[in-house]
Amino acid sequence: MDITLERLDEILLEHDYDQCALIAVLQQVQHEAGYLSAAVLVKLSERLGVPAARLQALSTFYKCFSLVPTGRHKVAVCMGTACHVRGGTQVLEALERELRIKSGRTTPDRRFTLESVRCLGCCSLAPVVRVGEKVYGSMDQRKVVRVLKEHQ
Amino acid sequence: MTSDKKIRTVADLTGLKKLGEKSLCAEVPKVSIGTATCGLATGSADVYESFRQEVDSRGMEVIVARTGCIGYCQMEPIVSLRIPGKGGLLLKKMTARLVPPVLDALRGGEFPRQAVLCTLNGDSAMDGFPSQQELGFYRKQVKIALRNCGLIDPENLPEYVATTGYHALFKVITSMKPAAVISAIKQSGLRGRGGAGFPTGRKWEITFSQPSEEKFIVCNADEGDPGAYMDRSILEGDPHAVLEGMIIGAYAMGASQGFIYIRDEYPEAIRKFEKAAADAATYGLLGRDILGSGFNFTVKVVRGGGAFVCGEETALLASLNGLTGEPRQRPPFPAQKGLWGRPTNINNVETWANVPRIILDGPEKFSRLGTESSKGTKVFSLVGKVANTGLIEVPMGLTLREIIFDIGGGVAGNKRFKAVQTGGPSGGCLPEDLIDLPVDYEQLTSAGTIMGSGGMIVMDEQTCMVDVARYFLDFLKEESCGKCTPCREGIEQMLSILNAICEGRGNEKDLRLLEELAQTVRDFSLCGLGQTAPNPVLTTLRYFKDEYLSHIRGHKCPAGVCKALITFTIDPEACTGCAACLKMCPSGAISGEKKKVHVIDQTICIKCNACYEVCKFAAVQRI
Repeated sequence: MDITLERLDEILLEHDYDQCALIAVLQQVQHEAGYLSAAVLVKLSERLGVPAARLQALSTFYKCFSLVPTGRHKVAVCMGTACHVRGGTQVLEALERELRIKSGRTTPDRRFTLESVRCLGCCSLAPVVRVGEKVYGSMDQRKVVRVLKEHQ
Repeated sequence: MTSDKKIRTVADLTGLKKLGEKSLCAEVPKVSIGTATCGLATGSADVYESFRQEVDSRGMEVIVARTGCIGYCQMEPIVSLRIPGKGGLLLKKMTARLVPPVLDALRGGEFPRQAVLCTLNGDSAMDGFPSQQELGFYRKQVKIALRNCGLIDPENLPEYVATTGYHALFKVITSMKPAAVISAIKQSGLRGRGGAGFPTGRKWEITFSQPSEEKFIVCNADEGDPGAYMDRSILEGDPHAVLEGMIIGAYAMGASQGFIYIRDEYPEAIRKFEKAAADAATYGLLGRDILGSGFNFTVKVVRGGGAFVCGEETALLASLNGLTGEPRQRPPFPAQKGLWGRPTNINNVETWANVPRIILDGPEKFSRLGTESSKGTKVFSLVGKVANTGLIEVPMGLTLREIIFDIGGGVAGNKRFKAVQTGGPSGGCLPEDLIDLPVDYEQLTSAGTIMGSGGMIVMDEQTCMVDVARYFLDFLKEESCGKCTPCREGIEQMLSILNAICEGRGNEKDLRLLEELAQTVRDFSLCGLGQTAPNPVLTTLRYFKDEYLSHIRGHKCPAGVCKALITFTIDPEACTGCAACLKMCPSGAISGEKKKVHVIDQTICIKCNACYEVCKFAAVQRI
């Protein structure tokens, strides 16, 4: 568990221990800890009195959650329609080769997590890649490798 | 103690308007940099910083501000300039390097011509540059929902008021009964801009007429259709327009609590809307006793979790309740039984943004635009292989040709137009034969696609239509919530057939099976996701059957996309031996001496397309 119990209680208090705010609580934990550990899910289940299965369901249904630790930089390759027809798949494959991991995985040094998303809503600049919070437009196989170098 | 900023009277509102006008049309030159997500993606943050630093170090009296996206995303970073007494200019593809010459020009020099896009609308005093209306991209546009995007600072409430913002709310609260508001929306003919196109006024009326003490309204900002991004742009460029629409709707329907469900992928939109709501509360436009009328309304911002199906209204409501986003059977409709069993009205971002203008200008002005059944304007994201990409807003009924060729400037790179995809994964692909189709809800439906949220993805000769159908099924397989069998299993089976065709393992009997499956999924799925999932397959089968047959009979992908059916070769006539492809090839499949013809070893080639992209002489061919 990469988040303290005290912090977990603070987050729950911020959301009034409201079961309707479960997704927001999980998002906050995901944001701070980088993933949702089994220990966190069990603790939340006890604190809120909801079955752990429901938390497990939420954390696998919604794409914003990860059950395993992620890398320092999240590299998200847009697979929206505009990006698809303008070569988004090739950009993703170039990143897979460069990072030597498949989409959805994290590099062994925990520097990058590679994933595909649909869609980032920058369709006019397709193909688009986002690293952390920064969005890059008009990518191709060469440019995207250079983008990686900006992020250590 | 209540804040003295709160608006209660006409005089208060006029005072705020004056304040906004001063900021909008300042007495000194003003530079506004487009810093919506698309602007930021092209480096507008650097441009903004350069302007600030340069203005500071020169000690110039110039205001540097931020604004949203003015639509012509192809030309980002876009900067608008307003010079008192002279007029306004739009600058395109701005870089930090161009900042000093632009500031020099403000002191009386010449503007760097390559950076000028056009003069701002209504400003004709700047001679020698085309006006906005002279540009093909803007000529046929009529902006209602996008009225302020790229023109005002979205984080400056007084500027919104200066463009008659919150005047509709004032009018509604001080002089209109709820029934009159609903009647105005009904008369305008406004239909839901999120997909299905249900008449908005009718929806409001159903919610209004429910005998319940408590009602809710929701703004659906879970813009999931890949290829559509107008809701993000409106939230980032003009969040108060959406908020004002929601407050008016809440007043009309008798709701005191609202929710906005925004995609997790849109952090900038979430930030802008939260700021707008906080500011509106400061000015007494949101919260308790709005405009001193006794009417209370608050809005809660909820981040989506990243699930396409949550754009479906019953799934969205489940998600708002902290559950997995699984749709449920309708009826009862949310307008009858929604959040916590109470009547709940759900409209999308663009729909809400239209409301204030309809109230202020009167429903007739809105309904004069458009076609018999589809009134007003619609925002489209014109993207894919089109020359001018961006967000456009046009009256309903314009033809695809006017949109793609007159506004979009045709297909990029002198390629041949093949198709346009509308309506996202629920829509379909229309061929060149239908290029003169007027775009409204009914016409698109009759052609086999839908309006959807307004994505318009242009495809050229190098787009494989079978691959596009496969792409959408792959998307929907991932996004199906899995609750009902036809959608969960049917889509997967359809996808496996299409995968086989794309890999050259298909046979003609599969096409019959594909159609049968499509009908089953369409007729028996629980929600809109499954019911419309077959559209991309059915339209491509209807209009591009020859491409399917090429894949099946000839084992060829005419567009050169499906990896299993293409080989990369180098044309010895065209190859100059520059070695660019050799250096780029990640698998070491290319060999050849400098200045001699290069060759690709087919046993090593992984068909990554890198050589094709890098070759400047069109020597690499995909056959």
